Amino acid sequence: MPWETVIGLEIHTQLATRSKIFSGASTAYGAAPNTQACLVDLGYPGVLPVLNLAAVEMAVRFGLAIDAEIAPRSVFARKNYFYPDLPKGYQISQYELPIVGAGHISIVLEDGTEKTIGVTRAHLEEDAGKSVHENFDNATGIDLNRAGTPLLEIVSEPDLRSAKEAIAYMRKIHQLVRYIGISDGNMQEGSFRCDANVSVRPLGQAKLGTRAELKNLNSFRFVERAINIEVERQIGVIEDGGDVVQETRLYDSDRDETRSMRSKEEANDYRYFPDPDLLPVEIDADFLERARKLLPELPDAKRERFTAQYGLKQDDVTILTGNRDTADFYERLVAELGGGDSRLAANWVIGELLAALNRDGLEIEASKVSAEALAGLLRRIGDNTISGKIAKDVFEAMWQGEGTADAIIERRSLKQISDSGELEKIVAQVIADNPEQVQQYRDGKTKVLGFLVGQAMKATQGKANPGQVNQLLRDKLA
Amino acid sequence: MSQRQTIAELGAALRDGSTSSRELTERYLARIAALDERLNSFITVTGEQALAAADAADARLAAGNGGPLTGIPLAHKDIFCTSGVLTTCGSRMLENFESPYDAAVVERLAAAGMVMLGKTNMDEFAMGSSNETSFFGPVMNPWDTDRTPGGSSGGSAAAVAAGLAPVATGTDTGGSIRQPAALTGITGFKPTYGRVSRYGMIAFASSLDQAGTLTLTAEDAALMMQAMAGFDARDSTCAQASVPDYRAALSASLEGKRIGVPKEFFDGGLDAVHTQRLRDAFAVMESLGAVIEEISLPNLGASVPTYYIVAPAECSSNLSRFDGVRFGYRHEHATDLETLYKRTRKDGFGSEVKRRIMTGTYVLSAGYYDAYYLQAQKARQLIAEDFSRCFERVDIIAGPTTPTPAFRLGEKLDDPLQMYLNDIFTIGVNLAGLPGLSTPCGFVDELPVGLQLIGPQFGEATVLNFAHQYQSRTDWHLREPPLAEEVAD
Repeated sequence: MPWETVIGLEIHTQLATRSKIFSGASTAYGAAPNTQACLVDLGYPGVLPVLNLAAVEMAVRFGLAIDAEIAPRSVFARKNYFYPDLPKGYQISQYELPIVGAGHISIVLEDGTEKTIGVTRAHLEEDAGKSVHENFDNATGIDLNRAGTPLLEIVSEPDLRSAKEAIAYMRKIHQLVRYIGISDGNMQEGSFRCDANVSVRPLGQAKLGTRAELKNLNSFRFVERAINIEVERQIGVIEDGGDVVQETRLYDSDRDETRSMRSKEEANDYRYFPDPDLLPVEIDADFLERARKLLPELPDAKRERFTAQYGLKQDDVTILTGNRDTADFYERLVAELGGGDSRLAANWVIGELLAALNRDGLEIEASKVSAEALAGLLRRIGDNTISGKIAKDVFEAMWQGEGTADAIIERRSLKQISDSGELEKIVAQVIADNPEQVQQYRDGKTKVLGFLVGQAMKATQGKANPGQVNQLLRDKLA
Repeated sequence: MSQRQTIAELGAALRDGSTSSRELTERYLARIAALDERLNSFITVTGEQALAAADAADARLAAGNGGPLTGIPLAHKDIFCTSGVLTTCGSRMLENFESPYDAAVVERLAAAGMVMLGKTNMDEFAMGSSNETSFFGPVMNPWDTDRTPGGSSGGSAAAVAAGLAPVATGTDTGGSIRQPAALTGITGFKPTYGRVSRYGMIAFASSLDQAGTLTLTAEDAALMMQAMAGFDARDSTCAQASVPDYRAALSASLEGKRIGVPKEFFDGGLDAVHTQRLRDAFAVMESLGAVIEEISLPNLGASVPTYYIVAPAECSSNLSRFDGVRFGYRHEHATDLETLYKRTRKDGFGSEVKRRIMTGTYVLSAGYYDAYYLQAQKARQLIAEDFSRCFERVDIIAGPTTPTPAFRLGEKLDDPLQMYLNDIFTIGVNLAGLPGLSTPCGFVDELPVGLQLIGPQFGEATVLNFAHQYQSRTDWHLREPPLAEEVAD
């Protein structure tokens, strides 16, 4: 029987606020344990939460970016459960009235078609701390630095039909939150995490199958693996005559399997109720307008504009608009070049620059060659001062910090030899040194010209203007 | 001779140099040392710090920088966090807890130059109406030490009534300031919810808790409120409304002012003598030019059940942080997490607190939330609407504070329902978030009873005005228990 997979994702993205959602403690990652937890984060007696408006603004910005309804009034609730890394014994979250209502985002499927994925809601909540099991003998350490960090939980509709679609959606959300500047999306640091609700049903059946919730999916690869494994498992269970049970399952990447964490019966009763320490969040037209102004050009719009404005191939546009920093770098580069050479610029960014960044593990904003400096190099290609090949060496020297393109060209005497007198001497020498090839050329084997040009280039360590050499040889041998 | 003085009197004496803060502080500390073993009104006495603060206040007064409260000693209910001093909340759970910070109320009153004598006894986590749920033992009523002073601010009330402190802070979630004030014959004032910051006040029921004062007079309450009220960014529920001059408002005439008396307050229950005391009080108000009018609060009957759903629900969540992990009591022999939680909370909390946590957990749980918590929220709304409808017609609402005068210790301890019904006249005010005051209005069986005055939201000035005018025509608030006349050497 053909089966259909149905997936919904819950993405937790950490908002890029400087301080926590309900306290003034810093959210910076990687500090020594418990050094960034104030009395509010520690849940001390008598302290009270105060909402960080920056988190609200970021949530609203996200809502606007997915064309969602922004709730004029949303409410924080308490989710009650005991756990050592949850200092108050409850997590402050939004339950019945989330700040962001229904919206949507489009993804591109493998066959190139677009599909719209519904976003059910997105709500604000605080993160819990971390339990640390290493380095403690027979005990667990608690690090509350992360406690109170603002999260936006983005819940999708069960619109995804394969692990690949789930990944495409997740990547799109990942790109978006970074684009609109509300999250660094750093998955290693846990700033972007995902739970997946997965079920299967016979193809054509309207009723959804029983779902399992997969936890602990902290990379794109794991999401794909975990979903595929879980789909196989569920199909196996049903085909063996069993029933899928509603439960929470943990993905174990070491064993590459999912296993049951707790069943529906064992699930906590969280006893949600509105948090009496916080007022409802009211969003008025002014607030919305301010958030809208902070919204940059969104990825889809940027794609369209790049295609039209710069005349680039789709694949190149995809890479250049993959994140805002790359797109901004590219546009700065093109602007420096006065708008022309947009394809040359694209080739260099996608080629040499991204390769160098990759090699050194750098983000583009930390590039060792700035857009302005790269423009300086590309100008020298454009005005025939150097060849593209020499330019690659110059780029490498620039990357190593040896100075501007002009300085390096000057110091290394890399300027192309375009002086026809000098070139004529070289060409004459090449003709004299290679009588055999010259004869072949004259006999009609014109392909041999390349060899002769190469000899001239070799004699000048690549500095001869190849076009000129070519022309001179033709003239002499004609 | 009376050993009690109002803070208005003390402030004047301090400023004209006829006394010093050190002298006053030593006198009150001596009274506490001599008399409090009969009352158990203090959990912690902070003699050394008090004397240091008194000297600082004297220096400030000498430099001419003193305000109306500078140099005046006070006691804080042990629910307010005070750095460097124990803050127990009347619980074994916090028996040895030292807060790393000061509550907003503590901060403000210290900034005004007041001198903290110590921390007063209270029902555990403010849950109780008799001060018998305290881990540190019950407080005795200075009028009759076999009787309760009421609760939960029983220590504060007893201390002020007996002259162990001229003024004390309290908190009122369902009557915890007004009821003990009534039962000990002093003035208890709970402002509008949000008028005073809750920052640093250990939470019982966050949507109901409000800080206030136990004083000898309404004028003293006005002086205190002037320093305590006002916006605090650390409490999101704290009101931004401006703070009027409460003392200036005290002298306004009551001529033509309307007093609403809810008929439901007299529907039975109150005995004839008690009812007469209230009628007498209304007559005094009329003699001041006020007009008495019968009103109705039709949903008042729902207030006790509503309160005993909302308050436990919030407390069940608020008290989850007491888990033995970061602060407070921790059971020593727990071998795993589950046992740590269970044993810590089983031994760290007393039975009334556990009863409310259980009730609250129940009413919030899946399948019961709609029937209890949600219904209670609707009832709360109706009760609040009853009050606002009445305030379209009247300036103030008046009635009894409690159904009876002080009861005997142990009398209701095993009967939570009887105990809860003791709050019947005060609870609605908390549910509606209104300001309320209890002023002594006579005696029943030689025990003081209170007249309760309830104002509209942020009508503190009106409530204090009525109370002050009433106190200027009567002397019930000046009657004092024999204990207050004893001199400590």
